[in-house]
Amino acid sequence: MAPPIVHIVCERFRYPDSHTLDRYLATGGYEGLRRALARTPEDVHEEVRNANLLGRGGAGFPAGVKWGFAPAGVWPRYLVVNGDESEIGTYKDRPLMERDPHQLIEGCLIACYAAGLSQCFLYIRGEMALAQERVAQALNDAYAAGYIGRNILGSNFSVDICLHWGAGAYIVGEETALIESLEGNRGMPRLKPPYFPAAIGLYGKPTIVNNIETLSNLPWLLRHGADAYKQYGSETSPGTRLFAISGHVKRPGVYEVQHGVTTFRDLFFDEQFCQGMRSGEHALKMFIPGGGSAPWFFPEQLDLPLEARPVGAAGSMLGSGAIVVMDDTTDAVQATLRVVRFFARESCGKCTPCREGTGWLETVLRRILDGHGRSSDIDLLLDIGDNISPGPYPSAGWEEAGVAPVPFPPRQTTICPLGPSAVAPVVSAIRRFRHEFEARITRRTVNIPFTVEPQEPAHV
Amino acid sequence: MSDAPPKSTVTVTIDGKELEAKPGELVIDAAERDGVYIPRFCYHHRMKPVGMCRMCLVEIDTGRGPALQPSCMIPVSDGMKVDTTSERTKKAQDGVLEFLLINHPLDCPVCDKGGECPLQDQTMAYGPGESRFIEEKRHYEKPVAISELVYLDRERCILCDRCTRFAKEVAGDPLIHFINRGANTEVNTFPDEPFRSYFSGNTVQICPVGALTAAPYRFRARPWDLEEVESTCQGCAVGCSVTVQSSRNRVLRSLGVDNDAVNWSWLCDRGRFNFEAVNHPDRLGEPMVRKGGQLQQVRWSEALAAAARAIRTAVADQGPQSVAVLGGARLSNESQYAWAKLAKAVIGTDNTDAQLGDGLPADLVQSLPRATIAQACAPKGTIVLLGPDPKEQLPVLYLRLRHAIVEDGAKLVEIGAAPTGLTKHASQSVRCLPGDLAEAVRSLLDRGFMKADAGPVTVVVGRPALSEDATAIAAATSMLHEALPEARFLPALVRGNVFGALDMGLAPGLLPGRQVVGERSELAEAWQSVPKDRGLDATGILQAAAAGQIEVLVLLGADPVNDFPDRSLAERALEGASTVIAVDQFLTDSSSRAHVVLAAAGWAEVDGTTTNLEGRVLPLRQKVTPPGAARADWMIATELALRLDGDLGVDSIDSIWQEIRRLCPSHRDLDVTDDGGLAFGTSVPFAAVKAPTVRALDPSALRLVAGRRMYDGAVLTTHSPSLAALIESPTVRLHPEDFAGLGIEPGRQVRVSSPAGSIELAAVADPTVGRGTAAIVANVPGAEVNRLISVDSAVTDVRIDTMAARD
Repeated sequence: MAPPIVHIVCERFRYPDSHTLDRYLATGGYEGLRRALARTPEDVHEEVRNANLLGRGGAGFPAGVKWGFAPAGVWPRYLVVNGDESEIGTYKDRPLMERDPHQLIEGCLIACYAAGLSQCFLYIRGEMALAQERVAQALNDAYAAGYIGRNILGSNFSVDICLHWGAGAYIVGEETALIESLEGNRGMPRLKPPYFPAAIGLYGKPTIVNNIETLSNLPWLLRHGADAYKQYGSETSPGTRLFAISGHVKRPGVYEVQHGVTTFRDLFFDEQFCQGMRSGEHALKMFIPGGGSAPWFFPEQLDLPLEARPVGAAGSMLGSGAIVVMDDTTDAVQATLRVVRFFARESCGKCTPCREGTGWLETVLRRILDGHGRSSDIDLLLDIGDNISPGPYPSAGWEEAGVAPVPFPPRQTTICPLGPSAVAPVVSAIRRFRHEFEARITRRTVNIPFTVEPQEPAHV
Repeated sequence: MSDAPPKSTVTVTIDGKELEAKPGELVIDAAERDGVYIPRFCYHHRMKPVGMCRMCLVEIDTGRGPALQPSCMIPVSDGMKVDTTSERTKKAQDGVLEFLLINHPLDCPVCDKGGECPLQDQTMAYGPGESRFIEEKRHYEKPVAISELVYLDRERCILCDRCTRFAKEVAGDPLIHFINRGANTEVNTFPDEPFRSYFSGNTVQICPVGALTAAPYRFRARPWDLEEVESTCQGCAVGCSVTVQSSRNRVLRSLGVDNDAVNWSWLCDRGRFNFEAVNHPDRLGEPMVRKGGQLQQVRWSEALAAAARAIRTAVADQGPQSVAVLGGARLSNESQYAWAKLAKAVIGTDNTDAQLGDGLPADLVQSLPRATIAQACAPKGTIVLLGPDPKEQLPVLYLRLRHAIVEDGAKLVEIGAAPTGLTKHASQSVRCLPGDLAEAVRSLLDRGFMKADAGPVTVVVGRPALSEDATAIAAATSMLHEALPEARFLPALVRGNVFGALDMGLAPGLLPGRQVVGERSELAEAWQSVPKDRGLDATGILQAAAAGQIEVLVLLGADPVNDFPDRSLAERALEGASTVIAVDQFLTDSSSRAHVVLAAAGWAEVDGTTTNLEGRVLPLRQKVTPPGAARADWMIATELALRLDGDLGVDSIDSIWQEIRRLCPSHRDLDVTDDGGLAFGTSVPFAAVKAPTVRALDPSALRLVAGRRMYDGAVLTTHSPSLAALIESPTVRLHPEDFAGLGIEPGRQVRVSSPAGSIELAAVADPTVGRGTAAIVANVPGAEVNRLISVDSAVTDVRIDTMAARD
């Protein structure tokens, strides 16, 4: 039985006008900020550190600890909010921006207060028109009501929030590329070290980059306290977490689940979540547990809890909380191409292995699917992958075949993980479904039907 | 913890061998110093690393186990272990090379870079034997002319970010950029904005493949057919180290060489491409003598006899002061010395001036404490710029100053009538009208503009505009020297070897070795006879010639008609002198009026040395033979001396150089390596120059600012076809708000007139021009701005009238 549903960041989603300031104030809005302002910034920071609020962007780093990385005495320092959600299958930040923009704004203000940040930049993905509209409206309303700007709520705390729209590049979700983009440059990642944004970030100043969901947790956390927060989820991963499930389940959508105690099986098959595979006769073939960059999981991994560490040890990652479920109608080669093509299109072009390698993987896969595969192509695909991400690539174990998992993360010859991400589907698919690749190459036809049926709209 | 002082080096192990590296040094550099070359494409030691090509991946262990890291991004740290040959390193490098090659056309046999291509070389050294890529390569239209000088082949481009980084970080002209994404990423310009940078040729030189090619060299030669020597560019007074490459006795290319003291491997496009003039068909190959009004080719003996006869007659009839030598900045130090000895010891005249009224008083320049470029660029120092726009006239000095300001925290204070290429980096930019410079400096000094944290101060001073008398600038310079005794000076005179000319005594009152006429010296004794009194400078010589007091005027590569600020005086002087002897490479507006023309060998055709604005003596080396019977200038001087019953006592370049080393205190025992050697010390006393009185500007007039541009009517530029196409058409630029008062519209043809003369040209609006001034570029074909200037006036005020509409 799955743990009961708890709503922390989605609590207002049941109201159709949840995005308005009136509804927000009627449901305890800006109460967390008021409570925060009544305490010292150090005190608020301590509260967040106590709650062990883990970053929800993908790396899962504790937010309270991250805030402490900005070097002392360097001003100004900035908060940059990463709303460039664009990982394949990820759409969990979008409802937070569209349906509860004030919760996000309040979270930004609390973070700025606690970490002593002088200005906040809200970077929202260019394609999310409604999110931009709603956040912009909310910012205007909050400015007018005195929640943002000079002397917020009569205190001597002042902060400005600046909204910035992305121009449509996946890589800008990488925090240093996002900072480059904010500065008006081409969105390309910076090499780390020396440019960890906490020390040298936006305009060369200390910069904290937080995810939308992370910040959206703060109002509730400050309203109810760290202890209340920690009653949910597991000890190491407290609170709730949003997961966006797409693919061959009955009820795909965004679900808020207790962090670290719910399992994949709960999420896919429980009645309160996805309610099982889309039709009775098809079985689960594989699923991507954490966005397109994550190595694939298979039915053996269903009982893993939704928590970063065990998932990493099992050879993949929870990443941005995007789960793509594929049943046995899925063509593994086709699915691999679909994911690889995304990364080839989105490579920023900076590092040679990613720029050239992802495109090469795509053309080889395309050729195999077109019936022109060569027997050396499977090894070629793996070796191209090895030149982007040298060494054993993380992948799930397969007890039946006596294959041990290779834990996450992969090594890389590139600056950022985009290039190695394109290797994930290739290694996952070849390791498990080599016969499908061979069939494509030798018989040039396969029997796996590849269909897409329209589904019901997503639920939360 | 011990109290031992911190170690000044860090110990790293590279391929099992321990070595001491400088803290902060990058692994790739430390390895290279130790003889371990790590392959690279994007890394260039004069630019910030980007870690883009990933070719320099090596296994680095800083205590957490070996990991592949880009050695161009990782600074050394104590105890670091680097393995550049491990299996994993090799695999990664092979992989990167294979990736680079999958979309790179294998057209090496027809590629200009073939034979000197880092990609080709590294593929041979590190790459896999064959490609596993059987797909179609990416295709683009090619080549694309991204500027008049540079062509881009996007298929060959490996996207290393060298050219784009150079344009943005080094040149400050971010006109090329990456566009698109992934494997479709390409370098290109913005729409309708060509890569018109003064430094575009450097991108061709640093391109690690054949993606960028330069119009003047494309398809002219294969690298293995080229012969080369290291030499020094004489395009301006910066003295950039170059390698001159030729094939079949023709100069085909000039590349920058990294001289740490001077050019850091960069060149400007003028210096890089004006070798085209060396090969120009208009070069003079034979001497000429005017017969029946026409210049006719003659044999050397006849030309030299005619020249000697004229000089001998003049000296006998009117005394040695009736002979004057104008010019000499084009020559090598050795030729300048020979000519100075000929003029001052054999003929006995001190009327010599290598500057053409467009520089600064020679004795002031020689008396000031001289800075090197490195001193001027000292981190956290202050640069006071009183001079011309370095970007236009001393381009590589501009790159060095820009680097000092942008990267090293130096501050720039500029004072002058017009903005410069450095204005956007200036911490203070003070505008004043031409002629008011001394007053502006005085008032800044009175207000204590030099803060306590100014750091080392260097004054870069030259002649900002021909239309402003040198006295005002000299006076401002004197004031700064008196007020800031610690400050050093980097004189920004612009002609190729003008500093050699001053050091070799081709200036009134000076003798070789920065010595003064009239003082006892070893040199004066060795020469036996030297002039007792100070002679005339360029203005004085031309005035005397116009008044009929100069019998023989020698133009030593000088073109006073175009270069002297007062064109009318120059023309009258050429008419007034009984005999004009021109030693030149081309027939210019001046040398074509001469009676005797002696064909001179030029750059890349002679050995010797040249001196840059720091006083650094740099090598000049011969690569090709001069055209026809043209001779080195020192030989002409020696021959003339013999015909005047003198003997310069020299018979080779080396013998002249040895005499310079022996007799010139500033050059005593100086050794000239490829990187040059610094001449230093001076016995010229400082004498403060008083500011001229400048009349107030009449409100109905505008004050003329005749500055120079990189591409102008200079003889080497106009004879280099690639550069001649870049010379702008002449305009008079006015502040937009000054148009209203004049009642004219931008774009109209106008007449600009001064008491000295008038010219016609188009008027354009330019908000960077100061109000109350009219800017016209000097020496641009089609607008003889020196018709407006008179030496009798410290500044030039002009009126602007509309011209009647023409059909």
